[in-house]
Amino acid sequence: MSEHPALIVLVAIVGGALRVSTPFMFVALGECLTEKSGRVNLGLEGTLVLGAMCAYATSFHTGSPWLGVLAAGGAGAVLGGIHGYVCRLPRVNDIAIGIAMMLFGTGIAFFFGKAYIQPSAPRLGSFSLGEWTGNPQIATALQINPLLLVGVAVAIAMAWAFANTRWGLIVRMTGDSAPAARAMGVSVDLVRFLATTAGGFLAGIGGAFLSLYYPGSWNQGLSSGQGLMAVALVIFARWKPLQCVIAALLFGAAGAIGPALQSIGITQGYYFFNAAPYILTLAIMVVSAGSKRALRDVPGELSITK
Amino acid sequence: MAPEAAASEGSGDRSVRIRRAAEYIAIPLFALVVSSFLFSLFLLALGKSPVEFFQLVERGGFGTAFSLQNTLQRSAPLILTALAVAVPARIGLIMIGGEGALVLGGFVAAAAAIPLVVGHAPPLVTLGIMTVVGTATGAIWFGIAGALRHARGVNETISSLLLTYIGIAVMNFFVEGSLRDLTNPNKPSTMPIGEAYMVGKIPGTEVHWGLAAGIVLAIVLHVLMSRTTFGFAVRLTGGNPRAALAQGLPVGRLIVASTMIAGACAGLAGFFEVAAIQGRANASLVAGYGFTGILVSFLAQHNPLAIIPVAILFGGIVASGGLVQRRMDLPDATVLILQGLTFLVLLVSETLYGRFKIFQVKGTADRT
Repeated sequence: MSEHPALIVLVAIVGGALRVSTPFMFVALGECLTEKSGRVNLGLEGTLVLGAMCAYATSFHTGSPWLGVLAAGGAGAVLGGIHGYVCRLPRVNDIAIGIAMMLFGTGIAFFFGKAYIQPSAPRLGSFSLGEWTGNPQIATALQINPLLLVGVAVAIAMAWAFANTRWGLIVRMTGDSAPAARAMGVSVDLVRFLATTAGGFLAGIGGAFLSLYYPGSWNQGLSSGQGLMAVALVIFARWKPLQCVIAALLFGAAGAIGPALQSIGITQGYYFFNAAPYILTLAIMVVSAGSKRALRDVPGELSITK
Repeated sequence: MAPEAAASEGSGDRSVRIRRAAEYIAIPLFALVVSSFLFSLFLLALGKSPVEFFQLVERGGFGTAFSLQNTLQRSAPLILTALAVAVPARIGLIMIGGEGALVLGGFVAAAAAIPLVVGHAPPLVTLGIMTVVGTATGAIWFGIAGALRHARGVNETISSLLLTYIGIAVMNFFVEGSLRDLTNPNKPSTMPIGEAYMVGKIPGTEVHWGLAAGIVLAIVLHVLMSRTTFGFAVRLTGGNPRAALAQGLPVGRLIVASTMIAGACAGLAGFFEVAAIQGRANASLVAGYGFTGILVSFLAQHNPLAIIPVAILFGGIVASGGLVQRRMDLPDATVLILQGLTFLVLLVSETLYGRFKIFQVKGTADRT
């Protein structure tokens, strides 16, 4: 069966977007929730790595990858909880704490993860969106993992909750104006603590995807900046959960361009494509950070865009 | 200004300064003690002896003449990468991209050396050119983040870390591609610059000149920051950017200038890693000095002079890593945990400033 090269590349890019975007999506959703409450957690890179390690270790010991996903979320929630608790103290800078949590989370993950580099743990399953085409190549390329659907569901739920529920209103109000929230009798510290903890939980699940599905093993080079890029994506998505999903898919597609071109024999610029996601993130930040529309949507209490 | 404060300006000014300095030393020291304690608990929970750990750090980092020189060797890049954090911190920016400026600065220095070494240029000229291109590369790399911050409001913490990843990818692109030394099959590297072109040791020691450069630069930057108009403008901008703008200070130029100075420091660290240690550019440049430098600068309260002893302390911890790993069967990430924990405790200790009576002079409690 001969296919047109452009079709192969397109299928590979779409498939890559579906495969690679999930961790971006979870981290971006977690950060979106945290930032909506008025705090920045830059430590999600460490959360992602620790989540990946915990998921792999739990799956290895219990034989259940879904328990691994839960363990990853739990580990992420603990890191998020530390961040959320510590940042309530006066004079403590949330961005600096994020850098420390990045080092700390990575350190813990590498320390306890050393024993799990060799063994192989049960991984998450997948199903294909492309069976109906009867084309095995497309069917393989469009394999998706249930976590992707969970992520989309979480995004829809979050968008709905922000717009329609009391809790959503409280989080948005805390993020826009702490004095207003206090005047309404809301505990600003508590809301931010819970939002950061829940955000950490989501980011941890993103890590579970890395070690249990794609690339699907645990090693120290598993994440190189994905957590941080996802944090940058939230600005691009203008603090809207559904746009976080779109931004994550876009990012997955960008990351898949290199391997897709390689699959039809174009190998030049392999290292350039390694750097492409970072350059793209930077470009996106340059475009979106200074724009008037972004400034209109930014939560008022946020220190990241000041 | 409160009347009491005005009264204390003359006679009490020295007392205020001494008490403030004491506070800035006591609280970080306290944070170091607390994090050592927490780390000891961590080791105990794993069934390891904290006493043995700290003894090994002492022996492996400072105990013998050999280990002390090894420590000083490693503290040279730490001083420089910490300065790369301290200078922007004065203007209110948290830059964490020292690793990228170090790697790229080192790589460009090594690449610039290739035609000079092949053409048998004099070693001093070669080293001079390497220094210039290495520091300039670091300065430009950081300057990008500074310029984006000023022009577009791009968060400098995120952009500087992204630039680190890009810098490492750029080095890999050339080291595994067009500049790869094909005579070395083991590890993709640039062509070695050769013994004759390496930076020498400080006479009487095994420590290269990078340490002296770091110390001199720390002193120079301390003077620049505390005794010059430029330093005053930088500190004013860091304290209150709006006031600085209202005073007509060139805030944008100050931001770009201070980030470029910082990047130059990190680029110089990269130059010394290539010209004094590795002799070529390869993945060994990505050794984490940039990240440890962040911690060093925060622990030193972004004070260039205080960076020197703190860098030596952490140089010792890094240097003893191998010994600890072998003797106690701990993974090399142990040092990473100790650093992360120290950083966390240190940042939390920021909340203690102004809370202890002993560091305050009457009526000056609000002067923070």
